[in-house]
Amino acid sequence: MKRAAPGTLLLLSTGCRARYAVFDTASPEAHRIANLHWLMLGICVAVAVAVLALLGIALVRRDRGRYSDGSARRVRAVAAGAAVSAFLLLVLLVASVLAGREITAPGGPQALEVRITGHQWWWEISYPGSSPSEEVVTANEIHVPVHRPVRFLLSSGDVIHSFWVPRLNGKKDLIPGRLTRHIFQVDRPGVFRGQCAEFCGYQHAHMGFVVVAEDPARFDAWLAAQRGIAAEPAGPSAVHGRTVFLSSPCVLCHTIRGIGAFGHKAPDLTHVASRTMIAAATLHNTPGNLAGWILDAPRVKPGTRMPPNTLAANDLLDLVAYLESLR
Amino acid sequence: MSAPAERLREETAGLPSGTDRERENLAYTWRKREGILGLLSSVDHKTLGARYIVTAFAFFTLGGLEALAMRIQLARPENRFLNPDLYDQVFTMHGTTMMFFFAVPVMLGIGLYFVPLMIGTRNVPFPRLNAAGYWFYLIGGLYLYASFFANGGPDAGWFSYTPLSASEFSSGHRLDAWVQIINFTEVSALIVASSLIVCIFKQRAPGMSLNRIPLFVWAMLVTMIMIVFSMPAVIFAAGSLNSDRSLGTHFFNPAEGGDHLLWQHTFWFFGHPEVYIIFLPALGMISCILSAFCRREIFGYNAMVLSLVSTGFLAFGLWVHHMFATGLPQMGQSFFTAASMMIAIPTGVQLFCWIATIWGARPRLEPPVLYVLGFFLNFLIGGMTGLMLASVPLDLQLHDTFFVVAHLHYVLIGGSLFPLLGALYYWFPKMTGRMLDRRLGILSFAVLMVGFNLTFFPMHELGMKGMPRRVYTYLPDRGWNGMNLAASIGAGLIAIAILLYVANVVKSLRRGRKAEANPWRAETLEWAAQSPPPAYNFVRLPIVASRSPLWQEELGYVTGMPTDKRELLVTHALDAAPSHREEVPGPSGIPFTFSVILCLALIGSVFSPWWLIIGSLASIPPAIAWYWTEEKP
Repeated sequence: MKRAAPGTLLLLSTGCRARYAVFDTASPEAHRIANLHWLMLGICVAVAVAVLALLGIALVRRDRGRYSDGSARRVRAVAAGAAVSAFLLLVLLVASVLAGREITAPGGPQALEVRITGHQWWWEISYPGSSPSEEVVTANEIHVPVHRPVRFLLSSGDVIHSFWVPRLNGKKDLIPGRLTRHIFQVDRPGVFRGQCAEFCGYQHAHMGFVVVAEDPARFDAWLAAQRGIAAEPAGPSAVHGRTVFLSSPCVLCHTIRGIGAFGHKAPDLTHVASRTMIAAATLHNTPGNLAGWILDAPRVKPGTRMPPNTLAANDLLDLVAYLESLR
Repeated sequence: MSAPAERLREETAGLPSGTDRERENLAYTWRKREGILGLLSSVDHKTLGARYIVTAFAFFTLGGLEALAMRIQLARPENRFLNPDLYDQVFTMHGTTMMFFFAVPVMLGIGLYFVPLMIGTRNVPFPRLNAAGYWFYLIGGLYLYASFFANGGPDAGWFSYTPLSASEFSSGHRLDAWVQIINFTEVSALIVASSLIVCIFKQRAPGMSLNRIPLFVWAMLVTMIMIVFSMPAVIFAAGSLNSDRSLGTHFFNPAEGGDHLLWQHTFWFFGHPEVYIIFLPALGMISCILSAFCRREIFGYNAMVLSLVSTGFLAFGLWVHHMFATGLPQMGQSFFTAASMMIAIPTGVQLFCWIATIWGARPRLEPPVLYVLGFFLNFLIGGMTGLMLASVPLDLQLHDTFFVVAHLHYVLIGGSLFPLLGALYYWFPKMTGRMLDRRLGILSFAVLMVGFNLTFFPMHELGMKGMPRRVYTYLPDRGWNGMNLAASIGAGLIAIAILLYVANVVKSLRRGRKAEANPWRAETLEWAAQSPPPAYNFVRLPIVASRSPLWQEELGYVTGMPTDKRELLVTHALDAAPSHREEVPGPSGIPFTFSVILCLALIGSVFSPWWLIIGSLASIPPAIAWYWTEEKP
């Protein structure tokens, strides 16, 4: 039931067709940018309309005197046009610099720190703890508390990616060999879709993630739950599923903490069932989608690093049952 | 201007047609060779210019087909027309083709064809070098497409960001080939740039002082100087990526002290001026068209020239606005925001000067003028979205989304292709001796205008709805379906408009009305030559006494130029006072041989560095022969 709530929200947020993600803001940062956009759009449209109107008048008028007679007036008109453009540009520049300062202001000591590492084509997310064992590692689903600044430290494990949640703030690149910083503070609970914005290879198109913003209490509960090791499988099918996981290629790339699976090439699956989506926010996390993904991931996302797997039918069902038990 | 420039110009001045003997001698002296060898050995600036233009449009067609393939793929969500591997190649090919093999070369071609005519000379100063430049360009393009059809098309985008383009993430030869191809086009651009710069400074008709140079020639001069300063940056970038890939250097390897942002800085230090290299010639074309059809000089010559020059300078101070999302310091970013916005001022001044020129002139609405009016509308939209992207916070939202795709196409198609198509319509009679069909011209303009806006306007909205660029598909529930479909339909309309334009060209080449020397009653010197111009351009070289030589009562001419030697008249850079005569070489197959050998060496170096050594040695004999033989007519 806990899982159902964000899932429904996600459906609601993506089901609405006429949504302008950039303006349907849910954070002060995105809101500030949207306001700047309206100011710039207003001035730009006004200038464009004025220039086109002048062009229209220029086309229909007929000169009474000679071209050279109006020369001084024309000089004044062109100079005035240039002066007005320069002034408006100055306004835009000041507005832009002020907005830029606000959206990058560091969040202060109470900010939550989240580390994000980009991979082809998924997001590794970690919440540093006071000791290494307190660290929480997950993938493709970022939980944040509302009304608290979140500071992201971004880096990449392979090529350049770009971290972007349009409703929450602009984007920031994840560059191998560099650490970049990003910040936002979410105003209200909800699920916000994010997406890689820098071309990064075959599955750039499907390198999505979701941000789940929730009340601080729920967030703390979630964080505590994620900190734990994998749930012990209940029932013979899930127990057999764990054996399948450990004896198949899965274990070469994936981690499940507590059962001795330490692969580091692919998302941490310790609490995979707590996530609403799989395959970098491409498929809803249902047993059917999960089974299809395990069997033939490249069919869903050509070029993905996850290879196709050959599993006996009952092995597959048990594996899915086990993964679905990893809350 | 003065009274003579103001009367309705039903009659324009011209040059004397000279005696039969003069014409025969000149035709013999400047003759081309016959047959295949003649094709391979031509050094005439008009032949080479026309070749650049035709070749560039062939690549434009290929790039357009790639665009259509992308639009078919994106017409509906989760389409399976192109798989991601092919889509990545196709969008990389589209960008590479349009930027390196269409937009820049077509401007080079127009410059090569018309600058010597407009300044009243007989050929460019380094004809053989120019011939070699064309072969570099052609062979580079053929190699690009050969590797594409051999499943070796580059797939890291036309910007090829490291590390995606580094050997770790792109094994095989796809990117090796791309890196070499970039060098081919740079060589040809630098060759044309050096020729035209010297040509403009030293070969202007007597009397064409700096303040009488046609605005188009000024635009080309600034463009060529920009090529000289920007191309070395990308030569460095491509060279260091090449050596990272093939020699194991670490320019772009952070583990060994390299930096991925180094690639972005060097690439965009070239890449942003590149946009203006494509855009400035178009501004010159607009000035040509407007003065001819408004029948008056462009208002504010000095302001126009200063705007062109300052645009050329400022264009080098904008490159970081492609990198706002990389987390550079605030202060530095503000500088680039300011520079990006400031460049709107000279552009605005030019727009205002053109409006002041049109004001009350009642220009005839011939297709070239329609294209200019289309430019005004489309370029204003592109310029305004450019201002929005110059703002760091707004750019962080819109960067790398379809909003940028919309913006760049509004600037490049609206700002550059529209004037180009108008200018080709305008100059077609000069180049072929035939007029284009007016009705077909208007029809193709109208379809292009509708198709272009239907394709690219919805992309603004897609970007604001969060659709990133360079995605091979999208999920059906994102609310992007309708606008993508609209854009795909628009792309089909653009294809129809281009087909109509081509049909007009083919039809008019065969059956078009014969064109006289100056069908538009325009004022610049290219219209003093016959249509099409003979190999020697002018029987007698013109002498210029104003900015609008053909609107003078009478056009003076130079006497005493020999008709039995390929000689150019060299004049002083500032005041164009005659200085001396200079003999230029005639047709030769050596540039072709030389460039084929060097191109093969560069292509071979993709597979083994030994080819560079073999090729360098093999190119020595033709290089010696280049200087040795001087055929006398």
